[in-house]
Amino acid sequence: MMLWNLIKEDRGGQILLLLLAIAIIAVPMLNALPPDHALHIPTYTVALLGKYLTLALLALSVDLVWGYLGILTLGHGAFFALGGYVMGMYLMRQIGERGVYGHPELPDFMVFLNWDSLPWYWTGLDQFWFAAILIILVPGLLAFIFGALAFRSRVSGVYLSIITQALTFALMLAFFRNEMGFGGNNGLTDFKDILGFSLQARETKVGLFVASAVALALGYLISRAVIQSRLGKVCVAVRDAESRARFLGYRVENVKLWVFTLSAMIAGVAGALYVPQVGIINPNEFSPLNSIEIVVWVAVGGRATLYGAVAGALFINYAKTWFTTELPDVWLFALGAIFVLVTLFLPKGIAGLFRRKEASA
Amino acid sequence: MKQMNKKLATATCALALSIAAITAQASDTIKVGVLHSLSGTMAISETTLKDTMLMLIEEQNKQGGVLGKQLEAVVVDPASDWPLFAERARELLERDKVAAIFGAWTSVSRKSVLPVVEELNGLLFYPVQYEGEESSKNVFYTGAAPNQQAIPAVDYLMNELGIERWVLAGTDYVYPRTTNRILEAYLKSKGVAEADIMINYTPFGHSDWQTIVSDVRRFGGEGKKTAVVSTINGDANVPFYRELGAQGVSAEDIPVIAFSVGEEELSGIDTAPLVGHLAAWNYFMSIDTEANDEFIDTWHAFTGDTNRVTNDPMEAHYIGFNMWVEAVTKAGTTDPSAVQEAIIGVTVPNLTGGYAAMMPNHHITKPVFIGEIQSDGQFEVVWQTPSTVVGDAWSDFLEGSKDIISDWRKPLSCGNYNVVTKTCSGQNFE
Amino acid sequence: MKSRIKHLMCALGLLVLLLCAVQPAFAKSDDPVLLELQTLLVSSNNQDRTKAIELLTQSQHELAFDIYGLLLEGKFFFNRTDNQLYLVDRAEAGQSALHFLDERDVTIERPRDFRRVALNNAQRTQIRRVMAQTGLTADSNKIRMKAVRQMMGDPDPEALSLIRAAYTSETNGKVRELMAVAIAIDTVTQTDEAAQRDAIDTLSTSLEPRARNALNQFVSQTDNASLKELAEKGLIGIEQKIKFYKGLETVYFGLSLGSVLVLAAIGLAITFGVMGVINMAHGELIMIGAYTTFVIQQLMPNHIGLSVLVAIPAAFVVSGLVGIAIERGVIRFLYGRPLETLLATFGISLVLQQAVRTIFSPLNKTVETPSWMSGMLEFNPVFAITLNRLYIIIFCLLVFFALLMILKRTALGLQVRAVSQNRAMARAMGVRSERVDMMTFGLGSGVAGIAGVALSQITNVGPNLGQAYIIDSFMVVVFGGVGNIWGTLVAGMTLGVANKIMEPWAGAVLAKILVLVFIILFIQKKPRGLFPQRGRAAEG
Repeated sequence: MMLWNLIKEDRGGQILLLLLAIAIIAVPMLNALPPDHALHIPTYTVALLGKYLTLALLALSVDLVWGYLGILTLGHGAFFALGGYVMGMYLMRQIGERGVYGHPELPDFMVFLNWDSLPWYWTGLDQFWFAAILIILVPGLLAFIFGALAFRSRVSGVYLSIITQALTFALMLAFFRNEMGFGGNNGLTDFKDILGFSLQARETKVGLFVASAVALALGYLISRAVIQSRLGKVCVAVRDAESRARFLGYRVENVKLWVFTLSAMIAGVAGALYVPQVGIINPNEFSPLNSIEIVVWVAVGGRATLYGAVAGALFINYAKTWFTTELPDVWLFALGAIFVLVTLFLPKGIAGLFRRKEASA
Repeated sequence: MKQMNKKLATATCALALSIAAITAQASDTIKVGVLHSLSGTMAISETTLKDTMLMLIEEQNKQGGVLGKQLEAVVVDPASDWPLFAERARELLERDKVAAIFGAWTSVSRKSVLPVVEELNGLLFYPVQYEGEESSKNVFYTGAAPNQQAIPAVDYLMNELGIERWVLAGTDYVYPRTTNRILEAYLKSKGVAEADIMINYTPFGHSDWQTIVSDVRRFGGEGKKTAVVSTINGDANVPFYRELGAQGVSAEDIPVIAFSVGEEELSGIDTAPLVGHLAAWNYFMSIDTEANDEFIDTWHAFTGDTNRVTNDPMEAHYIGFNMWVEAVTKAGTTDPSAVQEAIIGVTVPNLTGGYAAMMPNHHITKPVFIGEIQSDGQFEVVWQTPSTVVGDAWSDFLEGSKDIISDWRKPLSCGNYNVVTKTCSGQNFE
Repeated sequence: MKSRIKHLMCALGLLVLLLCAVQPAFAKSDDPVLLELQTLLVSSNNQDRTKAIELLTQSQHELAFDIYGLLLEGKFFFNRTDNQLYLVDRAEAGQSALHFLDERDVTIERPRDFRRVALNNAQRTQIRRVMAQTGLTADSNKIRMKAVRQMMGDPDPEALSLIRAAYTSETNGKVRELMAVAIAIDTVTQTDEAAQRDAIDTLSTSLEPRARNALNQFVSQTDNASLKELAEKGLIGIEQKIKFYKGLETVYFGLSLGSVLVLAAIGLAITFGVMGVINMAHGELIMIGAYTTFVIQQLMPNHIGLSVLVAIPAAFVVSGLVGIAIERGVIRFLYGRPLETLLATFGISLVLQQAVRTIFSPLNKTVETPSWMSGMLEFNPVFAITLNRLYIIIFCLLVFFALLMILKRTALGLQVRAVSQNRAMARAMGVRSERVDMMTFGLGSGVAGIAGVALSQITNVGPNLGQAYIIDSFMVVVFGGVGNIWGTLVAGMTLGVANKIMEPWAGAVLAKILVLVFIILFIQKKPRGLFPQRGRAAEG
């Protein structure tokens, strides 16, 4: 009942959750059908869909801060990548002796760069529960520290956007450094299994897909819960008139800080689910361009609707897959054109179209 | 009777041929995957290799294809995005059912594709010089391993030019790191003192080389003959060479030998200040052989541009593709497992007047050439190894890998067999 | 025949005019030395080319120096089909080749038949050494200087005696000093103690690396304690001077990096700072400027030196027009929504990049450095500044002050400032704000194009050029304070110098990371940058 209240007035959200529920049940079933069956979904499509869902979760986290707080973050990829790296480190530790050098503890890249022992920050990551905590904690902590500094000194607007960009850029450069002990440019790869299940197994892939779908649904509900709470109302007030909210006695910094941190945590979870499905995490995920692209998913889907962000992420990523297979030369033209056309003609995104129809009907 | 037999034989032959023709038409073609970035940062290097593959496939089809079937290229664009490489490889193998994939450039893209080709038992031909420390059942390394490029280059500098001080400058990623580790160990084993080796790493796309070049100049001005061994990658090379030129560092004072600068990279640089600097490769466009002339002519005809250059990774694809064709013909099937078995020992001509053989460690034999940059952007070969060098997957100069060997023939069938512990580890298949 | 060679060389612009004017006695095409030379040069054996150079040196042939020049320039080719030597300017189909011995002109049909007579480093050194010895008597101080320096390391005793001979008649103080050092390097290894003492004194005053090496060597080998002490003292003095000049050099490097940053950022300072438009396509406007330089060089291949100057206004116009098109087509619909402009212009940047890839291919393009921009301004052997960087620093300051003048002294500048401070009020006063927006954006974009011309001289001209600079540009503008181009200048120079001071001990990567972290922290302290804008516009 409480759950229903969250989405009672949210038609898009209802549809989204319904679709997710259907997918959670139907996709594993269709995948289990024999390969020559007309409705069979190949495993690689399942993995692809799983990847899209994690990106959708990432878009959702961006919409939470951009749509409802008015903070245009150009560095959310950093939190996503940090979550991904924690998961990657856990997966690396799972390889154990099966690395190419057969070293019981050190990952391959450390062996051939002559490291003697694991750096301290790798300890404990062979335990899933510990990794799971860090997946939320590390991005959360970074967001908290960054936010505490930035919001307290009232950095806002364009300035905030630029320093979020500086943040992810600095992290990218740092992770490229081999001395950091995160595998440098090659990043972490060649994972074997997760929680004892082989990552190559069909069942594991389906399992990860379901986990991503569940995570997206949960992320959606949590975000709705925040928005519908008093905090959410204050958020919108801050977005629309920050000074006024401040004069009315709201602690604007705290509101921003909590939502920003929560959003970073969601992004971290998305990254952690993304990594085992694509099989690699490397510093390119920190690239400022990636973070800008995420913002565009949200813009295309429709800002401040949550489900719009999900739709935008799915749409653009599907388009990317399609274009780079069929018309590789045209992809950047198409992506560029989408950016321009959406901002010019569809300020409310796809969700805006949907709503207008609803209103006129 | 005899005549009858002959007639019968002819008839059977004709029948067989026509059936073959029909099946070739009806059943299809053999698909070959081409996995090179056509957009994004790596497009600059990889687009050429895509064109090379299309050319090789077209030429093969003119000669009747393979096993009586025409080849069909399946080109996809991983857009310089590493996870996308894995996704695309999966698509090629699962959806398009390609018989082999030719592709990848950077180490990270290969690492990203590796688990996929191992899982789905595909074939990947990787055409770029790399850091070694890998030997997969499903990957064939047609580019140079460090012992086929870096070590002969250092030997040349040491023995022919009398170099005593060394600057190892590289971009901070795995290939330079590994190569420099190997070189450092190698130089020390040759009695070079620690103080005579300067190691420097810079980020990707580094554009301001003033400080580093000035340090190199100072390091080289201390009385001993100095050389720079450069593993600087891609885009960073242009500003690096420009700064060398601007600060008046000539090849006669401090020669720079590069492992990642070839004809294609030079075509985007003003070569005037670079004359005399060196590069070590297994192929140069300027090498004067008939096979090379023919290859260049075909390339010019295919691209319709007589100014297009050829380079080392293109030759690697040429060799790799011919090896695959040979192995498929030998095995009589495109089945990956059969091809893996058949390809070991396959020998095909390279473009420099010799032969390349696929070794049991999935690396090939290559001659090593040292070339000096000329003002027209070509290289003049000044030295070459007396015979071909066998690619070594596991370096003898690295602590972790000196005990490891690779041999994909039965009964060992292992890419990383530790001869001390007698174990085979890190395999992704049963 | 001789005249033809000379003619070709003049046409190639290889040698000084003097050579063309003088027409010495004619050398016959059956000259045995030249015939022998041809056989040696067309040989595929590397040793033969070394022999050819030795032959020329020994024969003291009157054409020897011209041939050296042509060899160094790489103008000698041989035809694989007839094994004859030719002089070729460009080995392309349709170009002509001049037969070396019997001076007939041949049209090149298959460029691959013509192979360059290529030298290796050892051979080039060999030639340079021979040429240096004649340089000792050249008229130009610079050439004599160069010759002495070249011969300083020459173990050949004849080189030393040549220097000694030249030393007595040398009139230029600087060249004389250098010669003294060259002689002292030898003297210090002799046994005469008084002479050695003098030599150590001479070497101690010199910053030549070879002088320092000689002292170092002396210190490690000598048994004479007092001389050793003297040499060590000299070395300490040299080290101190080197340290000082190294510091100076670091500052210069910092300023030159800073000026690149300023150039890249200053256009942004106008569009972003003055207009409040976040133009993510700024980097691509720089790229367009660089490509314009490339195109201009293609159009005037024989005037590289001039082409760069022509490219400056051309790039300004091209990038400016593209900028105006962006403004008219997209941005004007988005005023007041800065974050959405960011997205739209990012889209434009992707389109522009891919357009360049489609038109010019994804490969980098060669932009040549004109000769007047290459070279160094040498103060002493350990401190020299590169000319191309010096020009870029000067250019950066010129652009900066020109912009400052435009904004402060012209009607357009006044209107721009008015609109940026209070759009509504400016409109009420009759300023056509739409037109002002367009012109401002065009100006900012044009300046980005000019930056592209400068960048084409130091880095890649390729589709990724813009991306490499966009983030740095934003950092500079934000650090300096939006809306203040003085801030951009100070910020760019500060970041450049800071980066270069940190680089030696932190490494290039860490230095950059530290600078970024510093900016993030700085913005917390002063959210509006170094020079914050005051007034109502600051709230934007």
